[in-house]
Order: sequence, then C-alpha cells, then structure tokens
Amino acid sequence: MSNAMIEARDLSKSYGQVDALKDVSFEVSRGEVLGFLGPNGAGKTTTMKILTCFIAPSGGTASINGADVFDDPMGVRRSIGYLPESTPLYTEMLVLEYLEFVAKMRGYTGTDARKRIKKAVEQTSLGDVIAKEIRQLSKGFRQRVGLAQALVHEPPVLILDEPMSGLDPNQASEIRDLIKEIGRERTVILSTHDLGEVQVTCDRVLIISKGRLVADDTPEELRERSGKASYRVTVADDSKGDEKRIRDLLGKVKGVDRVRPRTADAKGELIFAVSPSGSEDLRRELFQAAVDGGFVLLGLEKKAEGLDAVFRDLTTREADEPKKRKKKKATADDKKAEARAKKKARDEAKKKAEEEEAEEEEELESQEEEAAADSDSDDSASNDSDAGSDDSDADDDSDSDDSDSDSDDSDDEDEEKK
Amino acid sequence: MTNIRTIAGRQFRSYFNGPIAYIVVAVFLLVLGFLFWQTFFLQQRATAREMFNYFSLINYFALPAVTMGLLAEEKRTGTIELLITMPVTDAQVILGKFLGVLGLYLVMMLLTLPYVFSIGSLGELDWGPVFAGYFGLLLQGLALIGIGLACSSFTDNQLIAFFAALAISVFFFLIDKFLPLMPRGLQPMLEFISFDVHLNLLRRGVIAVRDTLFFLSVAGLAVLIAFRSLESRRWS
Repeated sequence: MSNAMIEARDLSKSYGQVDALKDVSFEVSRGEVLGFLGPNGAGKTTTMKILTCFIAPSGGTASINGADVFDDPMGVRRSIGYLPESTPLYTEMLVLEYLEFVAKMRGYTGTDARKRIKKAVEQTSLGDVIAKEIRQLSKGFRQRVGLAQALVHEPPVLILDEPMSGLDPNQASEIRDLIKEIGRERTVILSTHDLGEVQVTCDRVLIISKGRLVADDTPEELRERSGKASYRVTVADDSKGDEKRIRDLLGKVKGVDRVRPRTADAKGELIFAVSPSGSEDLRRELFQAAVDGGFVLLGLEKKAEGLDAVFRDLTTREADEPKKRKKKKATADDKKAEARAKKKARDEAKKKAEEEEAEEEEELESQEEEAAADSDSDDSASNDSDAGSDDSDADDDSDSDDSDSDSDDSDDEDEEKK
Repeated sequence: MTNIRTIAGRQFRSYFNGPIAYIVVAVFLLVLGFLFWQTFFLQQRATAREMFNYFSLINYFALPAVTMGLLAEEKRTGTIELLITMPVTDAQVILGKFLGVLGLYLVMMLLTLPYVFSIGSLGELDWGPVFAGYFGLLLQGLALIGIGLACSSFTDNQLIAFFAALAISVFFFLIDKFLPLMPRGLQPMLEFISFDVHLNLLRRGVIAVRDTLFFLSVAGLAVLIAFRSLESRRWS
C-alpha cells in the first residue's frame, strides 16, 4: 500500500438516477503506466475527474501520493499533471505565454519557472512553435502543449484523458513515444478506447464498462485469459463447389468450434477462420484433416486472440450479467467465477452463431460466387448478407495480433462490398 | 493571493489578446462621446454630470458583454477543467475572474478622463462631484460585473449568459421608472434596490455609506452565487 501512488476505493458517482461509476477500486504503483479502457460513456472520464478533484465522488474515496481527494484536494492537485479530454487550451495565448501562466499558477517564478518551462518544452519538442499562438497549431502540437503544461511542475502522477484521440497515425505514434518516455519515471494513467495504444504503451490495463470495473490485468495476461487462439487456414481452390465440402471437413475436426470463410487474398485460394472450442493446439489435426480430405493446404497460421476481442467480450457481455466483479487478480474464487462467466458468454455466442448460421450460409455462397466464377447452386437473395453479424461475435476474431478496433470495420466493409 | 493575481492577469490580457477589448472599448467611447458632446454645449455649463449619466447607462449593456465569457467560455472549451485542477481553490478562480474584468473596466474609466479634462479646460469644473461620479461608476461596475459573472457561471453558452445578465441589469435600471405602477407597500423596497436612485445621489456628489454598502452587497452576493455555482459541479 505504501508504494501505491494512486489508490481508489469503491469510487461511485451517480448523476441523478444514473450510476456513472459503481464501486470502482484500483491501485496504481509508482512508475506504472496504466491504461484505462472502456467504451464511450463507461466512466473513464468520470474517474479521471474524480482523481483530479474536479468533481467529488458520491461514494468511496481516492488518494494520490498520500493526499486524499476530500481532505487535501490541493495536495492532490500539486501531485498531478492533467490533460483533459480534447486538450482544452487558451487558444488566444502564445505557447510560451501559456506555459508561463501555468508555471506561475504552479507557484514557480523567475529562473526556476524558466528552467522548468525549458525542460518541458524540450521534452515535448515544442521549441519551434514556442512563439506561435496556440490556435495556429495543429492538433498534434496542441496535444504536445497539453502535455508540456502537465509536465511543468514535474508531477509524480500524470493523468491523461484520451491523449491520442483525433490525431493522425504519425502524430499518434509521436505522442505515444512521448508518453512512454514520460512514463519511465512517473506514474501515468491514460484513458483510451484504442486497444493498439494500450498494448504498446501500458503496463497494466483496467477495463471499465457501464461504470464497473470488469478487468484489471496486464495486456498480455488479459489476452491469455481469454485462453484462445484462432487459426487461419488457406486452402487451394482447385475445383468448384469445394468450399462447402472443405468447410464441413474442417468443422468435423475434433476440438473445432466453428469455421468461417474469410475473404481470399488471391484467386484460387480459400481462406477459413477456425476457432477452437478449447485451448489445445489444433494445427496437427487441421493438417491431418487436409491430408485425409484430399485438399491442398497452402497456409496454416495460429493466432492469439486480439485484445479487442477480449475487450468486446468483457464490455458487451458483462453488462448483461448482474454479477459483481470486485477486484482484479484477486482470489481464486474470482478467477473461477470469471471462467464461468466466460464460458457462459461463449455458450451464448455459440447459440447466437447457430442462429446466424442460415445467414452465413448465404454469405458463404456469395463468396463462392466470386471465388469460383460460376457456381451451380446460387441463391440470388444472398447479396444483402448481414454484414453486422461479424461484429456481435467476439470469439470469431482471427485478425492480426495487434489489431486495433479498425480491423473489424474493414472486415465489415469487405463483406458489404459483395 | 498570487493565484488570484495570476488568474486576473491572464483574464485581463486575454481581453487585449483578442479583439474583444478593443471593440468594446472603441464602441463604448464612441457612443459615450457622441451622447455626451452632442448635448454638452447646449447646457452652457462645465459639468461632467451628463457624462456619468451616459456612462452608467452604457454599463448596463457593456458589462454583460465583457463578463459573458468569463466562465461560460471556459466551460464550453473545457479550459475550466485545467484551470480548476491546478492547485487553486474555486474562490480564487472566481475572485481572479472578477478582478480581471474589473481591470478592463478601470481601463474604460481611465479612458474617459480626457473628457473630464476637456470639460475642465472649457470652464470652471467642480471636482467634488467628478470624484463622487467616478466612485459611483466604480460601485455600479462592481455590482454589474458580479451579476455578469454569476450569470456566466450557470451556463456554457455566452449568449445565454449575456442576455440573462442584461435582463437582470436592466431590471435594476428600470425598476424605479415603474414605481408609480407598483403597489404602494412595495415601493420603498423597490426604490431601494434601484441602481439609478443610488447613483443619482452619488452623481450629485453625495457619497453615502448606504449607497456604497448597497452596491457592495449586490456585488458580494453575486460573487457568492457564482462561487456556489462553480462549486456545485463537484456534487451534481
């Protein structure tokens, strides 16, 4: 407890009848970079506003660097650098002028202030724009000004609300590197809904959904916790009408939960996403199935499930269950309960998948049409296949490891095009 | 105290960093100059009384305009969050804002001094009422700035803040004009809260504790409301 920089105990916040936050507890230790993850409106910003003493919790309390948000808000504020969502700045001021204002507000004057400003400017590479008005700056530079502003007093704790939103990929990666560097000596909490960001920058992830904490783990562990991989099977498409047969064959392999066709990269190829029902390696069995079934295997890849699948799993399912999940890696009991919840979720997914089966059949056929120029049995109604079906199903995601949330969209687009 | 000064300083400079201050001050001086000098020579008397009249009249419109953004704009852009999460108390924020506008108002008052000196050069000017007149303007300004600040604290829309402040200011201005229409029992009270009744005394050169306290109370109450309103975000 002594080395916990940030400690939140049973934080709750309700706006009228709505619970924005419900019994959220966590700790962040010195030097840790914590990712705060959740869909929009899950309570990330609310939590950050409580930690910065902008608003008061309706229940529970929090302390930062030993200062309680109720008893010593000034102490809390002295210990933190804060960058609110969408980087609000006094845009009519010059960058330097603004930083001078901030330094003054933090109680630094004269050479001390100048030294600190210089350091913050160097850290955030703002040197070239220091004499410009903030309103003239690009979003990326504004973000840097926001960070510089939070660094002037060299706080032990940094709280960054969506520091990467609205930036183009180059800017985002610059800011990401910057945060990583800053995070070396400081405790950082950053909120985001970008999973790629979390994987790259954070030591630990809190996932929050509908005001409740649903996960608290390292990104790796979180991914492993889902315990699942999926396989990408590429098969040569020799004769027409093969797809269905191969799909059935793959589906019959022991340990396979479901098989879904994917968009082929090239002509003469069929690609399937195979999701296992357990966690054992299925590559041998899949290969054997190919040998037995007499089709040519062009590729077989095993992929760990992306964090976004875990995220979707936790934030969409959890909400339906009234089950309270208190703390992270806590007790074995909790783990078991989680496993049970997982299983339940998976069963639900399966059921749903079965319901979707009919639609998918059509989807499959429309793909067949493209792969093999002419198919014997085609159903013209298949064209408007339900593209959204992919989304609702977290188990199915076989996209690349560091997939960010985009990967799914692009999938959908692909299917829509057909 | 340093914090209040820093916030006030930033607020004051922000007026002059943008066009707002220049527009307001220019329009103010134009209107005041026009109204005042138009009739000045007809009176054939070296008195600044009319100028104070017009000045205080313009205040009812000008001060809601310069105060409307104080908190509303910071709330809209979100900068209020950065400001408040620095090691400052809500009271310091409110007082800093208040003093920042007061600075602008003092500049407006200073810029009317050339008028007064012009009058003085044209004839024998009685400086007593001039001093009392400025004192009255200062008091009225404090009250109106407070009202504007309070209105600005309730919304994140500058326009709403402006019209709310304008409505309240005009109410205090007009109230004594409607006295004959009001129920007799209410008349003394309504007369007491009328800005103009108090200002008239001051313009005549009478500085009374009663009038001074009246304006200071209005200003104090308004600032307190603004403070409470800012603070209420924590619990809403």
